[in-house]
Amino acid sequence: MDPMMPPPVRRIALDRDPFIAPPKPIANGAAPTAVAARPRAVRAPAPIVRERMAVESVWLAYGENWVVRDVSLPVRQGEVLAMIGASGSGKTTLLRSLNRLTEVTAGAARAGRISLDGNDIHELEVNTLRRRVTMVFQQPNPFPMSIFDNVAYALAERPGRGGRRRRRSAKIESAVNDALQRAGLYDEVASDLDRSALRLSGGQQQRLCIARALAAEPEVLLLDEPCSALDPISTAIIEDLIVQLRESVAVVIVTHNLQQAFRVADHVAFMHLGELIEYGSSEQVFDRPKRDRTREYISGAFG
Amino acid sequence: MATGQLAPSPPPGLSIARTGREGTGSWPLVDRIAFWLCWITGIGLCVTAIAIVLFMMVKGISYLHLDMLVQSPAPSAIQSQSGGILDPIVGTLIVAAIGTAIAAPIGVALAAWLSEYRRPAWLAHTVESAIEIIAGAPSVVLALFGLLIFSQGFLGFLSQTAANGAVYGRSFIAAGVVMAVLALPLIVGSVREALEQLPDRLREASYALGRTRATTIRRVLLPSIRPSIATGTVLGMGRIIGDTAIIRILLGVSLTNQGVGHLPIIGALRGTGSTLTSYVYENSPAGEGNAPQKAYAAAFLLLVLVLALNGLVTWLTNAGAGERRGPRTAFRLLRFSGAQE
Ligand SMILES: Nc1ncnc2c1ncn2[C@@H]1O[C@H](COP(=O)(O)OP(=O)(O)OP(=O)(O)O)[C@@H](O)[C@H]1O
Ligand SMILES: [Mg+2]
Repeated sequence: MDPMMPPPVRRIALDRDPFIAPPKPIANGAAPTAVAARPRAVRAPAPIVRERMAVESVWLAYGENWVVRDVSLPVRQGEVLAMIGASGSGKTTLLRSLNRLTEVTAGAARAGRISLDGNDIHELEVNTLRRRVTMVFQQPNPFPMSIFDNVAYALAERPGRGGRRRRRSAKIESAVNDALQRAGLYDEVASDLDRSALRLSGGQQQRLCIARALAAEPEVLLLDEPCSALDPISTAIIEDLIVQLRESVAVVIVTHNLQQAFRVADHVAFMHLGELIEYGSSEQVFDRPKRDRTREYISGAFG
Repeated sequence: MATGQLAPSPPPGLSIARTGREGTGSWPLVDRIAFWLCWITGIGLCVTAIAIVLFMMVKGISYLHLDMLVQSPAPSAIQSQSGGILDPIVGTLIVAAIGTAIAAPIGVALAAWLSEYRRPAWLAHTVESAIEIIAGAPSVVLALFGLLIFSQGFLGFLSQTAANGAVYGRSFIAAGVVMAVLALPLIVGSVREALEQLPDRLREASYALGRTRATTIRRVLLPSIRPSIATGTVLGMGRIIGDTAIIRILLGVSLTNQGVGHLPIIGALRGTGSTLTSYVYENSPAGEGNAPQKAYAAAFLLLVLVLALNGLVTWLTNAGAGERRGPRTAFRLLRFSGAQE
């Protein structure tokens, strides 16, 4: 690379500055003109940052094909961790291993240790773990039930068998509405929560899935490209939500949208062919990447 | 997020093009030929179906009198004095009810296990083969085997025991149980196929919320395939209602339903009787009753019954497919049919 030329990454930093303006409120409909122009959400640093999950030398395979190789990183509450990397680099696989969803796939293998609050997740009861670490998938996957039932399904199991009859109790209703509101879907669907979730648009379905994941009141939230089906306004709502959530929930987000990673993440993990190439603070990875691969990936996608 | 005034519909001047009206004129020749072949096949099927129904209707209605529905068959060489078909109707309903009540839950559970658990694998394979064997077995074979089982001394309480201790082995219970075996493969087949076609994303969504396999099956997967469960059940029911061999061998050849003992319902179930199929057979020229007019009337009713059952389950499926309804909706609807939630 020509040493006289500023690396393209720098350009982002330069480009970015003029855009740092007071964030426009989006609630009143004054949407930003382009997502790219959205500045990084101005945020107070989360008061407490504490490590919730630790990934230590984790290897993951489908059959004999090791698609995640020796990855170690922390997942902290009070922070958003973004995972970036080319298609097929193992981001989804790593994400799914955090709540042991990889175990659902026949032939999947793993090595290394993943812990939640110091306890090996493979020693926790799997369903308890998955309630504490919920996931939103790359493709929206609402249940073929009503919007209401989709969210209510995620609420903590109610004791007794009379659950179905009492399921529209005020408590459940407010929990469902609250989750829908946080995911920015409530206003659009409030008029008919009994509609089939399958009749929502793709973006609405994805926000429903986010609402569902939130209704479970997780401690760690895994988001696999949650915004790939969303319009700029919904994306902005979700991004704001993610930034807000990080105080109470440790958030891990996989995204192909580097601007998005920059906007929401405190730390960024860059993966390539199953390896964790670089892990660092958002500013460091985007402005001063240590590894050439990272630099190429970031500049390639940005330039 | 509605902003401002939105026109409720396009202005009157605009011509509205609706989808679904595409002509075939623009299609390639091969497509058009295939299209017309489909048409011809479809019309052929309709004609066949209508012909059967019309034929049975003309024959049946002319011989079917309302009082036949409330009279028991009477043994008589003269056709006009041979009574009605109340007993065969009741018999058909009892056998169908016993058969489906046993086969549906077991079939759904088996299908769920085969599709969702499959463990241990050797058992799953064995069960699959067993179901295939049953599906392929002629019903007369099942019936003979059933008779062998139900004639065992320790099962005497399910049918009649003669004075010398011989177990008769023929009863509504015996016929119903073997009918359940007959219907089982149809229910397992359609439920299992539907479960296997559900995308894995659905299961993963549920697991990712910390739900167990059992909860996932009960609250997500089975409600999603309610139409297939209903379809399988109807198929099974149709098979049960239409079967003659099992009835002849396991329910006896009397035309009237004859209870055993003094207990009201249990006595009737332990007893023997007839169904519409056995009645049709008995009274057809092939049988001994030789009352072909009665046979036509009963056959017509049989057809109506099967069609009505199909309609009922379709209706239940549609009613149950609405949102916010649980897997038990069908049963609730059955109990309070017509009542709106
Ligand atoms: N169920 C599976 N069975 C076998 N191999 C799989 C399976 N899922 C993923 N893989 C393989 O694992 C590797 C990593 O896949 P993964 O889905 O984790 O990538 P990703 O980083 O999420 O990609 P993308 O950005 O396209 O979502 C790929 O090479 C893929 O072919
Ligand atoms: Mg992925």
